[in-house]
Amino acid sequence: MKKPLKVLGWGTVAVLGAVAVGTVAVHRGEPINALWLVVAATCCYALGYRFYSRFIAVKILALDGLRATPAERLENGRDFLVTNKWVVFGHHFAAIAGPGPLVGPVLAAQFGYLPGTMWVLAGAVFAGCVQDFVILLFSVRRDGKSLTEMAKDEIGRVGGFVAYVAVISILIILLGVAALIVVNALKASPWGTFTIAMTMPIALLMGVYLRRIRPGKVLEVSALGFVLVLAAIWGGQYVSQNPELARLFTFSASTLAILIMVYGFAASALPVWLLLAPRDYLSTFVKLGTIALLAVGIVALHPTLHMPALTRFVDGSGPVFAGKIFPFAFITIACGAISGFHALISSGTTPKLIARETETRMVGYGAMMCESAVAIMAIIAACVMQPGVYFAINSPAGVVGQAPATAAATISSWGFPVTAADMQALAHAVGEQTLYNRTGGAPAFAVGMAHIFSHSLGGDTLMALWYHFAIMFEALFILTILDAGTRVARFMVQDALGHVYKPLGRTSWYPSILGTSALIVAAWGYFLWQGVKDPLGGINSLWPLFGISNQLLATVALCVATTIIIKMHRAKYAAVTLAPLAWLVAVTFTASWQKMFDPNPRVGFLAQARALAAGPATGATGRLIFNNRLDAAVTGVLVVMVTLVLVESGRQWWGILSGTREAPVKEVPFVRTRLVEERG
Amino acid sequence: MKRIVSGWYILVAALREIFDEAAYARFLDRAGLDSSSEAYAAFRREFDEIKVRRPKCC
Repeated sequence: MKKPLKVLGWGTVAVLGAVAVGTVAVHRGEPINALWLVVAATCCYALGYRFYSRFIAVKILALDGLRATPAERLENGRDFLVTNKWVVFGHHFAAIAGPGPLVGPVLAAQFGYLPGTMWVLAGAVFAGCVQDFVILLFSVRRDGKSLTEMAKDEIGRVGGFVAYVAVISILIILLGVAALIVVNALKASPWGTFTIAMTMPIALLMGVYLRRIRPGKVLEVSALGFVLVLAAIWGGQYVSQNPELARLFTFSASTLAILIMVYGFAASALPVWLLLAPRDYLSTFVKLGTIALLAVGIVALHPTLHMPALTRFVDGSGPVFAGKIFPFAFITIACGAISGFHALISSGTTPKLIARETETRMVGYGAMMCESAVAIMAIIAACVMQPGVYFAINSPAGVVGQAPATAAATISSWGFPVTAADMQALAHAVGEQTLYNRTGGAPAFAVGMAHIFSHSLGGDTLMALWYHFAIMFEALFILTILDAGTRVARFMVQDALGHVYKPLGRTSWYPSILGTSALIVAAWGYFLWQGVKDPLGGINSLWPLFGISNQLLATVALCVATTIIIKMHRAKYAAVTLAPLAWLVAVTFTASWQKMFDPNPRVGFLAQARALAAGPATGATGRLIFNNRLDAAVTGVLVVMVTLVLVESGRQWWGILSGTREAPVKEVPFVRTRLVEERG
Repeated sequence: MKRIVSGWYILVAALREIFDEAAYARFLDRAGLDSSSEAYAAFRREFDEIKVRRPKCC
């Protein structure tokens, strides 16, 4: 394309983006159409990719298409493998897309649609995509080394140790929170529980089919499994309408928590092919299909957002979780804008598949943009609901009251009208007994998604089926993360224990498998149990804890990236990673301080412990006090460790820049690729 | 038309990679085996050790 045409084209995108972002930012009063968010996001991503990621690729990283990647040099047909860039892109996106970008933005919608949208766009373009891109490239240049190995090599032993502990902590907190989301979505819901229960025999059937009937035909069996899951959703309606069957599948939150812990232990200890692998395939199949379907549904229906741009809860008095817009909007959104966890994937499987360095831009930066687009869809799904309905679903009984009339009156008094009759009608429409006190974000997202789908396909008569499809979709891939995460954490613990007593490190030694599985399940099960018993719904305490630990891991990743950029003599461009690092430090340290020491018992863990101690004693008071002190201690330990990494990194930067310390680049030497000649 | 066909092939290749069908095909090539219940069991023994160590994001 000729240059004037290119300038005109990109100029049009920039103007359109500015108008859309401006409209989203300054529009007040009348509801806004969701298409404004879609246009704003599309233009921001296009501009960010075309200009900002190119600037990083050319000026800082100096991507070299002639340099052989580990996939080429170390190709072994197993983990190191030269792979088509679109295939790697799909693989990477499937690995980074989880429930975080769906749940976080739904919870943050209590501040209105504006803060979440702005942070998702700016955070992704300037922080999240940059982190994923640079860590992927640096790992490619180091034979696919992991983040913890790079932290140890570039920052020192402290960096490696902190990254290791942060990963384990995040995994455990994440698994506890993820399980809590499933519990809150399925409690007193025979339809949802039946559907999710059915996915287990379906996964077992898929495992046997793959092993015995049609070995290796994974796509075929996943499609078959998907059809069976749809049948289970349809069958769930029958179960929920039959009093005898409904009673069999109606569980309290505590019972569901125990069942999920038993499941997590079994999935971690059973052979992978039998349950974990087929469930993973089924979950990926549903996940990719549903995200595509939701994108089409939003564009086709272009619904109106009923949530205002900003709500009164920016002052920190929100019912979904307590805390002011700064820092809690940024902690809550997590994966939709930046996720430290992505750095593990960018330095895990993906760098071993990249054929040419130049492809890291599309895979690292591009896949995170898609993840961010999923977060925008979640914001839209949450904000298409009437705000009163959104708050009725997401507010814990401890804040709005147990009785429907009391809850409706409390929420209406905040200026978000809703009646008990409205909520009853909605619960009836989606096939539930009640939608009050469904904290965790998943049910609210499911209602929003059902609203969008039922208006695009099938009308109100299919609302209940779409709602349970959405619940199944979320619960299925959260449970997949539970079983995969429990195994990953188990291996990490076994690797560490192997240094103490060799047999403990053997992944095939059953006493070690059972012991470490039980240890990991007990750790996340503790947080799950704490959430289930929390009078404020659990999410209020645990989601910020997860957000803080996840963003602290991103802080470690950005420290590693900044150190390498300085060692590459590109210090004048270090702001590309230093600016998001500074922002994350400000956000996470403020949030951590407030979660530990804020005098408001709804915000500060220690203040809540004091309030409980001063209040009337019940059987659970002692445990609740201990839980709050434990949460404060976990937060404190994480902050201290990341402070150590920051100090250690700062010493490195100062030494290199002042010339008192050598800056050896730890990347493997240049080897010219043979792929260019082979491709002609 | 050519672009559509090429796009379709890439989509299928991506799905085969995500769903490990391509990894199984490479395993059969490398080991010189035909697809069978035993070959798939051997593939899973080798592959699961790598696969279950991969983190999946939140």
